[in-house]
Amino acid sequence: MINLVRNEMLKLLRKKRLYVIVLIIAFLVPLFTYAQFKQIQEQREKMGTQDWRTVLQQEITDTQNRLSSSRLQDEWRKYLKIRLSQQQYYLENDIDPNTPGAPTFMRVFVENSIDLLLPLLVMVIVADLVSSEASGGTIKLLLTRPVKRWRILLSKYVAMLLSVSFIVLSVAFLSYAISGLVFGYGGWSMPLLTGFSVSGDELVTDFVHIIPQWQYILMEFGLVWYVCVIVGTLTFMLSVLLRSTAAVMGIMLAALIAGAILINMVSSWESAKYFFMVNLQLTNYISGMATPIQGMTLGFSMTVLAVWGLAGFIISFVTFSKRDIY
Amino acid sequence: MTNTPALEVNHLTKKIKGKQIIKDVSFTLYPGEVFGFLGPNGAGKTTTIRMIVGLISPTSGTIKIGGRNVRTEFTAAMKHLGCIVENPELYPYLTGWENLDHFARMDSSIPKDRLAEVITLVGLSNRIHDRVSTYSLGMRQRLGIAQALLGKPKVLILDEPTNGLDPAGIREMREFIRQLAADENLSVLVSSHLLSEIQLMCDRVAIISKGSVIRTDSVDNLLAEQERVIWKAEPAHLAKQLLQEETVVTEGPDNTLITLYNEPLLPEWNKKLVMAGVKVKEMRTQLPSLEDLFLEVTGGETID
Repeated sequence: MINLVRNEMLKLLRKKRLYVIVLIIAFLVPLFTYAQFKQIQEQREKMGTQDWRTVLQQEITDTQNRLSSSRLQDEWRKYLKIRLSQQQYYLENDIDPNTPGAPTFMRVFVENSIDLLLPLLVMVIVADLVSSEASGGTIKLLLTRPVKRWRILLSKYVAMLLSVSFIVLSVAFLSYAISGLVFGYGGWSMPLLTGFSVSGDELVTDFVHIIPQWQYILMEFGLVWYVCVIVGTLTFMLSVLLRSTAAVMGIMLAALIAGAILINMVSSWESAKYFFMVNLQLTNYISGMATPIQGMTLGFSMTVLAVWGLAGFIISFVTFSKRDIY
Repeated sequence: MTNTPALEVNHLTKKIKGKQIIKDVSFTLYPGEVFGFLGPNGAGKTTTIRMIVGLISPTSGTIKIGGRNVRTEFTAAMKHLGCIVENPELYPYLTGWENLDHFARMDSSIPKDRLAEVITLVGLSNRIHDRVSTYSLGMRQRLGIAQALLGKPKVLILDEPTNGLDPAGIREMREFIRQLAADENLSVLVSSHLLSEIQLMCDRVAIISKGSVIRTDSVDNLLAEQERVIWKAEPAHLAKQLLQEETVVTEGPDNTLITLYNEPLLPEWNKKLVMAGVKVKEMRTQLPSLEDLFLEVTGGETID
């Protein structure tokens, strides 16, 4: 089995797709770094000569004033307290919350690329994993070896998992290394709020708590990896079903972009939440953004993705081991 | 030649969408023989071969390679098989060596030094570390054979092995195949739509047309059976009349008469003519080409 996976990795590397992916990331990250840099500069200009510590101190006083009001609901009071301790942490540890370090950039970057950019990169690698063997005719040599078909497909699946992991890791590494040149490499322990959830129209803050940024980033990358594996599995299935890599890419691209569009307009179409492509923004659950459709939770989205992924996996293996090859 | 068959195909059929593509095909290959699989394009050669190598599952019938059933003991059967189905399609972005190494890794029973062995065998040592995309068709064909021979198979299946080769390449390939069968005691199944090729290369041949095997026999037998005698005698009409009393006679060009070849009776016929005062000027046997035979057997179905 290790030998089979080695074969697949060799082919992947020699096709030079992975280099292209790394190059794309290495090109995009400086672009976003520059954009972020510009944004911070603009913010600073707005603040004028005022020291950020003064501004932050003002915000803390504000929060304290609100806390002293007696008409406050209990949950809201709790949230404000947490928020207060976050602000105090910033001040005590001399962290300007508006000047992000490389970890913050990394976090924002993955949050924004989880639903489209990363799935696209995964798709580019996975789309021709099986279909290229079919269209190139090499599948005939591959399947006339003394190896069962499912083992060959499994080796390809493992190669897919490895390359997806590689993509996620290189996004992490490159976004950290490149943006750090501009923003500095510090900020791992910066406290961040998480645990928000939405119930009805209300933001539930009951479970809000502070975690250090490194933990937050770790969680997000876990989710990003999960999303990429599912997208990879579905692309893998299409690659098994179709001979043409272009068709695989076309269908996957259409699905992903349709998902990005649907998210903005499905709030009243409840059953749309069972589509895999509206469930890709898992990181939003951590940062507490509103969900596209009511009633979606992290658990729900992960389950929907798991079901799609599992179906794709089963369809791939069943068709691949039964199919006649002409 | 031992009598345990290297490849057995029994009552093979394949239905695709209700249409019977392959109808009850059976044949057997013995060690050390080159077996020709002859038929026009679309007769079912490639479909049959794909069933033998396990790419297509048959609707019914069994295939045994080295005694192992392809359906039920796939891996054991495949260990005895080397094949090129249609074109030798290898990974163009890998070198020849990497391609072979790739396939060798898929079978743990292949020792590392086998690679160098097959490369020398097919004579590709000079260019083996170049990328396959830079290879000529002939070189790809050789690399294809090298990968087929990696696992020291008992049965080698070559689908249209000389397709796209130049005459020198065809000749080389033919000699190479014969040599493999003789030196390594390999059974080789060669499919082709080129009659001359089969005639020169094979010991036995199966003629397939419209999905069924019409004849299976040794090339010599098939041809001998159709061997004719051409007579040139004067007066022709008398000779014809006399021969007609013995056998079927047809008239050929230039006042010749054609009868079937029948070794024990031939001197008798000759004697009869001579006794009757017919001057027998010429008497020669002629082997028909496999092409004539093929046209006769398939009832004139077109062939390239």
